[in-house]
Amino acid sequence: MAKYAFFLGCIAPLRYPGIEKSTREVCKALDIELVDLTDASCCPAPGVIRAFSKKTWLAAAARNLALAEKEGLEIVTICNGCYGSLFDAAHELAHDAELLAEVNKVLAEIGMEYKGTTKVHHFAEVLYKEVGVEAIKSKITNPLEYQVAAFYGCHFLKPSNIKELDDPEDPKILDELIEATGAKSMPRKQKTLCCGAGGGLKAAFGDVAKKFTQTNLENIKESGAQFIVDVCPFCHLQFDGTQGDLGYSIPVLHLSQLYGLAMGMDAKDLGLSAHITPVNL
Amino acid sequence: MVTPNPEFAKEIAAAGGEEVKMCFQCGTCTAGCPSGRQTSYRVRKLMRMAQLGMKEEIINSDELWECSTCYTCVERCPRQVPIVDIVISLRNIAVAEGHMFPAHKKTASNLVAYGHTVPVQDKITALRAELGLPEVPPTVLANDAAKADLEKLFKATGFDKIVE
Repeated sequence: MAKYAFFLGCIAPLRYPGIEKSTREVCKALDIELVDLTDASCCPAPGVIRAFSKKTWLAAAARNLALAEKEGLEIVTICNGCYGSLFDAAHELAHDAELLAEVNKVLAEIGMEYKGTTKVHHFAEVLYKEVGVEAIKSKITNPLEYQVAAFYGCHFLKPSNIKELDDPEDPKILDELIEATGAKSMPRKQKTLCCGAGGGLKAAFGDVAKKFTQTNLENIKESGAQFIVDVCPFCHLQFDGTQGDLGYSIPVLHLSQLYGLAMGMDAKDLGLSAHITPVNL
Repeated sequence: MVTPNPEFAKEIAAAGGEEVKMCFQCGTCTAGCPSGRQTSYRVRKLMRMAQLGMKEEIINSDELWECSTCYTCVERCPRQVPIVDIVISLRNIAVAEGHMFPAHKKTASNLVAYGHTVPVQDKITALRAELGLPEVPPTVLANDAAKADLEKLFKATGFDKIVE
């Protein structure tokens, strides 16, 4: 049985607990053991906290990585932001001994040390690479017939020179994972366009962020998709929370929630009441 | 007339953005930038301003904060310039000199106060219970000692001063 340290992040547990619940249930069904990374903090957010103080970002990320290292576990995240931060930080610290020594000076103040060994994975990556589409298909008990829009977000695949998961301009992983449920992933324009929320844009320039979102929503509507399926609670929040103002009503599901549904979870356990855009299944 | 300031290049390098010197101004970045389609942010221009040492113009600009860090420019740059890392370095310099939007200060304050960037909400706590999840997520939120460690870490890196 595969075993990972489960990194919760902020938005899933504190805004969309249905994503956390669905991930736990789906992993159980796929024989993946999740060990809570108790004591973990925010990753911290790559586009804001890293932009304010790279030193703080790296030290706090290293603290999270060290918690998993101590357990001897690799990390799985359900958020592109957490994945972006923790993967990038682990990559930098594994390739720069001087930087690692500097970070350890900070960690020493709280009696911790990071040796630089933790590996970081995205939930969708684990599903695609470790479990595999065929094995997933064998666990689908409630095949779905929806037409959906695969929304990759940015930090799942990019920067691709260090992540090496899929072609960042024409990715397929999420489409294949969606189609494993029986649903159809609809082709559309500008499929890899950012949701608009990242880099502190949502907080400081919300109207600019919404213009990204609106372009995406228009392309999604035109594609005939009934749902948006994302792999990031922050993209999820951006689509779910802003589209009412923008005049759209396209329900948003995290991949874990789509899988929960396809694997027979009760709809009430998907935590859909936290969604602002109503999800009528 | 811009007077080039080579000292700023050293400052950028110290903040982790040394490779800005690699940019040869082809403009592929600006052509694909989704923010540039909506705003006056021009990636190529920012890289040039950084090369020329136009520090005050950069750190006082809104444009520096209009990048969503989507990495489209990084993926397409023919010189493999790590543009997002450079934007982050420039933002670090701006913040160190006191340039920070109130909304960003709020996000940073949340991190220091809770160990997470978003605060706990009662209705979500109730939903967690309904879903059979622990009401308090099993993170730093559930352990005061871990929370105290994190606060110490923020003091050690000077982050507590940024949010004041």
